[in-house]
Amino acid sequence: MKRSVTATIIMLAASLALSVSMACAETIKIGAILAMTGPASFLGAPEARTIEMLAEELNAKGGIGGNKIELVIKDSGGNPEKAISFAKQLIEEEKVFAIIGPSTSGETLKIKQICEDGKTILLSCAAAEQIVNPVAKYVFKTPQKDSQVVHAIFETMKANKISKVAVLASNTGFGQAGKGQIEKQAPESGIQVLATEVYDSKATDLSAIVAKLAANKEIQAVINWSIEPAQAIVLKNARQAGWNVPIYQSHGFGNIKYVEAAGVAAEGVIFPAGRLLIADKLADKHPQKAVLVKYTKDYETKFKEEASTFGGHAYDAFKILCRAIEQAGANKEKVRDAIENMKGFVGTAGVFNFSPTDHNGLGQDSVTMLTVKGGNFIEYKK
Amino acid sequence: MTLELFSQYLLAGITYGIIYAIVGIGFNIIYNTTGIINFAQGEFVMLGGMIAISMHQWLPLPLAIVAAVLLVMLIGALVEILFIRWLDRPSVLRMIIITIGISILVREAALHIWGEGVRSLPYFVGNEITTVRILGARVSPQVLWVIGVCTVMVLALSLFFKYTLQGKKMQACAANRVAATLCGISTKNMVTLSFMLSAGIGALAGCVMSPITYTQYDIGTGLAIKGFTVAILGGLGSSMAAVAAGLLLGLIESFSVSVVPLAFQDAISISLLLAILFLRPHGLFGNKDAADLKEF
Repeated sequence: MKRSVTATIIMLAASLALSVSMACAETIKIGAILAMTGPASFLGAPEARTIEMLAEELNAKGGIGGNKIELVIKDSGGNPEKAISFAKQLIEEEKVFAIIGPSTSGETLKIKQICEDGKTILLSCAAAEQIVNPVAKYVFKTPQKDSQVVHAIFETMKANKISKVAVLASNTGFGQAGKGQIEKQAPESGIQVLATEVYDSKATDLSAIVAKLAANKEIQAVINWSIEPAQAIVLKNARQAGWNVPIYQSHGFGNIKYVEAAGVAAEGVIFPAGRLLIADKLADKHPQKAVLVKYTKDYETKFKEEASTFGGHAYDAFKILCRAIEQAGANKEKVRDAIENMKGFVGTAGVFNFSPTDHNGLGQDSVTMLTVKGGNFIEYKK
Repeated sequence: MTLELFSQYLLAGITYGIIYAIVGIGFNIIYNTTGIINFAQGEFVMLGGMIAISMHQWLPLPLAIVAAVLLVMLIGALVEILFIRWLDRPSVLRMIIITIGISILVREAALHIWGEGVRSLPYFVGNEITTVRILGARVSPQVLWVIGVCTVMVLALSLFFKYTLQGKKMQACAANRVAATLCGISTKNMVTLSFMLSAGIGALAGCVMSPITYTQYDIGTGLAIKGFTVAILGGLGSSMAAVAAGLLLGLIESFSVSVVPLAFQDAISISLLLAILFLRPHGLFGNKDAADLKEF
C-alpha cells in the first residue's frame, strides 16, 4: 500500500514537472556571460543593457514566432574562471539555447571548448582572432577581428610614414592577443616594434613606463592595446611628460567615457572602430546608417548614456541569433546552420557574411579609423 | 640613465609611495587602538573620491572635498559604532573578518550608487595636459598636490599624536589598553576616534589622487594590499615607519621599470611583502621584542 502511495506521488510529481516543462517550451532561454562589473565593465555593462533592451522590445512584440525570449545574464566581472563556471552552469543546468558573450577575449578563449563540447551556440562579443581561428563549430563572434584592426592601424601608419613604434598592452586576453597580432603583422607591413611593455589591467599610473619609452627618441608612435581605464591614463601620462608622438589605440577605445576620462589629453588619438560612433555623421545612403541610428537613439533615450561599439557587438549577436531562430525554428542544430550560412546581415559592426570557414563574417571594410576632436569622435582623414 | 629620466622615476615613485604611506598610516592608527588590521581602509579612500565627485556637482571643489572628508569620517565612526563597538572582547580573527565583510559591503554599495564606470575630480590646477618642470622632469601639477597634501597630513598627524591630549590618549591606548582604561581613558571612544581619523585621511588622499588615478568602486582592494604591505614593511603600529616604507616601495616600483618589464611591478611589491613576513616579521623599523608582546 505504502509503495503504491509513493508511486502515485512520484507519478503526480512527474506529470506536474512535465506540464511545467511543456509550459516552458513557449520560451527560448538565452544565456549571456558579460563583464558587467570589474575592469572590463565598460564593455559588459552596455552589452547587458543592450540585450535587455532588445529582449524587452522583442517580447513586447510577441517574441519570435510566438516564442518569448528569456534572458539569463551572468556577471563574470571579466574573470575567466567565473566565465568557465557560468558557461558550465548555463549549458548543464539552465540548458540555454545559446550564449551571448563573454565580453572579453580571455574569457571567450577559456569557454570556447566548453561550448563546443556542450553543443551550445556561442556568440562572442570579444575581439581576438583565435576565437574563430581555428573555426569551432558552435562558436561565432560579432566584433571585428583584431587582425583586421591591426591591419587598419598599420595602413594608417604607412600613410603617415611611421615605421618605428612602441607597443603597450594590458595583461588581459585582449591585450595579449592584440600584442601578438601586432608582432605578427609588423614585419609584413614594414613596421619595426622598438619596445613592448605589458602593464596590469588595474594600473592606475603609467608615468614611469611612459618616461622610459619617451627617453627613446627613435620611437615615432605608440600603440596601446587595452580595454581598461588604463587607455585614458596612458594618454594623460604621455602628454604630461611632454611626449607628443601620435598615439594609436585599439578598438577598445570605442567608448566616449574614455575620452571624457582623458579630457584634452584624448585629442588627436587615432583608433580603429566600427561606424557606430559616427552614426549621425554617415552619409544617408550608407547601408548601416539606418541600423546604427536606430540603435544609438534607442539606447541613448532608454539609458541616458552614449552608445558604444561594445553594446553594438551585443546588439549584433542578439539580432543574428534571433534572425537565425526566425529562419530555422527553435532547433539548436538548424539555428547553428542558419547562422553559418547567413549572408548580408546588416549589423552595427558592419555587414556580416558568415561561411563555414568564417565565423566572424566581417570584411576589412568594417573597420574605419577614427580620431578625437573637441571631445567627439570623428572619422580620421590624413 | 639621464638626470631627466631619473627625476621622472623619482617623482613617480614619490607619488605612488606617499599614497601607499597614507593608506599604511590608516592601517596603523586603527591597529594601535584596537590591535586589528582594518581591511576596509582602501574603501575609505574610494569613498572619499566618489563622494567628493558627487558633491562637486553642487559645491565648489574645496567645499566638496571638505564635505567628502567629513562624511567619510562620519561613515568611519558609524562603521565602528555599528559593527565593532558592541562586541564584547572579540578575538582578533573575528574583528578581521568583520572588517573584510565591511569592505565587501561598502564596495557593493558603491557599485549600486555610482555604477561601474571610472570617475574623477577635475585637476585642481590646469587640466589633463598641464605640466610643470622639476629637475628636468615634467609632471602634472596634481602630483605636487598629492605629495604636498600627504606630507602636510603626515606632519599634522605626528603633531597631533605628540602634542594634543586626544593624540596622547590614543597613544596611551596603543601602549597599553588596560593601563589606559585605569587612567580613565575611554578606550571605546578612542577606537571610534581612530576609525574617524583613518577614514578622514584616507578620504582626503582619495580626493587628491582622484584626478591622476581615477576613482572606481573597486580601487580599494588594490590600495589596501599596497597599504598593508607598507604597514608591515615599516613595522605595524608606527606611522613614521609607514611613510619611510611607503616611499621605499613606491621608489622600488617606479625604478624597477627601467630594469624589469612593467608587468612585474606588482610581483615586486608582493615578493617584498612575503620576504619581510619571513625574514623580519616585525618590519624594517620595528622592534622585535615589542612585536613579540603583541597579539597579532
